[in-house]
Amino acid sequence: MSVTDPLKTTHLFFGPQHPGVTGNMSVEMWFDGDEITKAVTHVGYLHRGFEKLMERRLWIQNFPLVCRICVPEPDINEECYAMAVETLAGIEVPRRARWIRTLVLELARFGFNVMAYGGQAGTLGLGTGSMWGITFRDFVLDLFEELTGGRVYHMYIQPGGVRRDLPEGFKGRVLSVLDKICERLPEMDRLILNNSVFRDRTVGVGIVEPAWVNEMGLVGPVARGSGFRRDVRKDAPYEVYGELNFEVVSEKGCDIYSRTLVRRRDIDLSVDLIRQILDSMPGGPVASRLPNLTEWRVPPGEIYSRIESSRGEYGYYVVSDGSLKPRRVHVRGPSYIHAVPLLERMLVGANIADVSNIMVSLTTCPPEIER
Amino acid sequence: MKFIDVISPFLAWSRAARKADTIPYPLKRNPGSARYRGFHLNDPDKCIGCGRCEEICQNLAIGMVMTENSDTSRGDSGLRPLVDYGRCCWCALCVDVCSTGSLSLSNSYSWATFNADTCAYIPGEDAKAWDNSTGGYRQDNSVLQWAGSPRVDMPEIEPEERVRSFEEVIRGYSPEQAVAEASRCIQCGLCVSACPAHMHIPDYLKAIADGNFARAVNLFYDNNPLPEMCGKVCTRECESVCAMGYQGEAIAIRWLKRFACEQFESLSDVLAVDEKPLEPSGRTVAVIGAGPAGLSAAYYLSRMGFVTHVYDRNGEGGGVARYAIPEYRLPAAGDEKQMDVFRAVGVNFHFNVEVTGDDILKMSDDYDAVFFAVGLQKSSDFKIQGFDLPGVKHAFYFLTSHPEDGKMEVGSRVIVIGGGNVAMDTARTCRRLGAEVIVSYRRRIEDMPADVEEINDAVAERIDIRSKTIPERIEESDSGLRYIYVEAKMVDDPDGGRPKPVRKDDIEHDIEADTIFLAIGQSSETGILPDEISEKLKIKWGRIEVDEHQFTGVRNLYAGGDITPGAGDIITAIADGMRAAEAIAESLRRT
Repeated sequence: MSVTDPLKTTHLFFGPQHPGVTGNMSVEMWFDGDEITKAVTHVGYLHRGFEKLMERRLWIQNFPLVCRICVPEPDINEECYAMAVETLAGIEVPRRARWIRTLVLELARFGFNVMAYGGQAGTLGLGTGSMWGITFRDFVLDLFEELTGGRVYHMYIQPGGVRRDLPEGFKGRVLSVLDKICERLPEMDRLILNNSVFRDRTVGVGIVEPAWVNEMGLVGPVARGSGFRRDVRKDAPYEVYGELNFEVVSEKGCDIYSRTLVRRRDIDLSVDLIRQILDSMPGGPVASRLPNLTEWRVPPGEIYSRIESSRGEYGYYVVSDGSLKPRRVHVRGPSYIHAVPLLERMLVGANIADVSNIMVSLTTCPPEIER
Repeated sequence: MKFIDVISPFLAWSRAARKADTIPYPLKRNPGSARYRGFHLNDPDKCIGCGRCEEICQNLAIGMVMTENSDTSRGDSGLRPLVDYGRCCWCALCVDVCSTGSLSLSNSYSWATFNADTCAYIPGEDAKAWDNSTGGYRQDNSVLQWAGSPRVDMPEIEPEERVRSFEEVIRGYSPEQAVAEASRCIQCGLCVSACPAHMHIPDYLKAIADGNFARAVNLFYDNNPLPEMCGKVCTRECESVCAMGYQGEAIAIRWLKRFACEQFESLSDVLAVDEKPLEPSGRTVAVIGAGPAGLSAAYYLSRMGFVTHVYDRNGEGGGVARYAIPEYRLPAAGDEKQMDVFRAVGVNFHFNVEVTGDDILKMSDDYDAVFFAVGLQKSSDFKIQGFDLPGVKHAFYFLTSHPEDGKMEVGSRVIVIGGGNVAMDTARTCRRLGAEVIVSYRRRIEDMPADVEEINDAVAERIDIRSKTIPERIEESDSGLRYIYVEAKMVDDPDGGRPKPVRKDDIEHDIEADTIFLAIGQSSETGILPDEISEKLKIKWGRIEVDEHQFTGVRNLYAGGDITPGAGDIITAIADGMRAAEAIAESLRRT
């Protein structure tokens, strides 16, 4: 029988307006009984043409634009773009700015991971978990509001450094927010990880075979949940990650539970890294001088800059032809691989009730797929 | 399945008894943080309407518009930003690049209205609830320097070295330095209206930034036929209003003009074909005085196809700018290069001609128009006791007598009385002749009419400037002259004018000197005009009053430059000449 036989299978569009879907994307599915026989990912609901927009904007005008590619963790875009432009233009970033950037990136990862951790429970109907996750993230957003002036889109990391120095007493407030969240995290663990329903629904479900990791180029928590220690922070350290002391988190279960556990342990790792950063933060200026912003021509060249996002390796390919605007900017997020070929592969044979559970465990982000 | 895993999720219920983390909006409101990027604020008095915010806005959310209270005074375009909140993304780039720092964001973030049209408004003009907000994102130019940066240093000779010769102090930019300096321009164009000649400043700065120096020179000649001279000694009104000067340093517009001219051996070859004169119209114009005003009028009239004849009593063109400004500021070497351009457009020069009153009457009959621009050739008298002693001299005549050849003895100690550019030039020239120099000025240093740059250079060259000193008399002494002065204190003028110096006490101070120079000012020689003309002219304080077309109202006589009231600098004279040329051309085309 054909996997899409209209007489034998049910044909269903899941998304794009569905609380179980990660963002504006949809999955077209055929299923026999409650077992999926074929899945096709559809994107295109969110296309804003970022890459083309960037070709029409001055170099500096792009840094407030790129953050919009990812709502929960915008800073990775600012960082990738800034790193690329700095390398092309030969701009030296002050040391303190590098430390502040690392702090911002870890805070953003932390804010994303606490939300995604709770969100994983939310897909199984455990709304309390996702609400708590969003609350924790809100505490982090308060810190971002104080540091950058914006809660969601920070527009803080700019080519040449960061836009402002840390406010007075910021270290103490970061530590108190970390303490507050860390104190409550065991409560969340009891609710999610030590929950028999959650275990039943996630252990052995949504298997990512270790063999697929290199074959498909899987990265981030997806690869780390399948026994790989793959992390750009360690493999190709950027900013000050080379000066920090940490071990890459990895789990061997290959299932949703392992990926959730990786995320949970990433939260602890971020807390540890933030404390290390705050303890060794050097003094000095936070931005180097840029030329006249409207006359700024970046020397010709091309560059691929990459960093570790909460979803895995995230890169920007930037080409300059020596003019006032980028010739080409390509955004390479991990979500394309995870949401299109991997998801389509994983869903075959899966139970229809596990679809959103599997999708959320891959934490796909549609704006990365359609820039 | 472990039993504990069945029980543990229910422990979450314990949170129900604890305080909620949510904010009960709108009963309780969370104010934005101290750096919050909320609605715009603008200080309309501080804003100069440079449009930098509009230019940097990546969403086209800002448009510059005239407001009801628009004031287009000097250095202010009168435009103010109108922010459209349908487009704004609160990135605050506009705040970080604001040249005066007038624009900021409040920490207010909620606003409900029934009228969507009011969501585009002019901050600072249209009253809003958050106008008095003290929190929010403010500019900090010390972090980013996006609103203003220091200029590229101009290489110059060290003060100890420069007083040994008359070599030009300013060394000039290298092409790399010039491109870097010109690239700082934000193209706001506020300088254009401040420049008396309205030169195309943003355009030529852009041309220099692009490395197209020939285009820059062509743009100079559109409004100024003496660009190299202005590139060295202009009073640079443009730089005083430069938007970059508010939080950094003004663009070195003058030095860049000098740079572009210096790149070419011959300026007339650089000028493009369409800069060449039109076919002769057969009409003729006489220009009396080959100073900046006269040369400017002659150049533009020739380009418009008129036959122009320039008369001057000196042997070369350039007027007082050429004869009175010392070599170390304006070397004579550049003059011939500029004069060649005038010859190339067909200006006829008659040098070493002393024009008399009868000549002027004859010219008025023979030519279709006469432009009178003889400048101020007489040094003002200062009749204090002892002004007529030998050794007391007029600074202006000293400067025009080629003092750099060293034929004139000034002795080892010189006193200069006055505080204008002539006083500074005299003091610095005497310093180069090896004398110790003291400048005596009645008011404070900040009141001196001389360029700040000249005053600073004079101080660097160890010239002793004694401000607030009122001259009493000059006496003969055993070694030469004795200058006696009293100290002054400044008293506010009840009529609102600038503070006046009055005697502080009756204690007399004296200084011995070999030579004393009087640099009180210059006056005109309107006496050369025939009575038939001069009695019809409006002459006030020795200056001929003219209308906005430089027309005197008498016969076909136009006047401009220092002989007419005005700022009395080179660029104003050039502007006068150009304006007169246009007016003459217009009136001749009609008749």
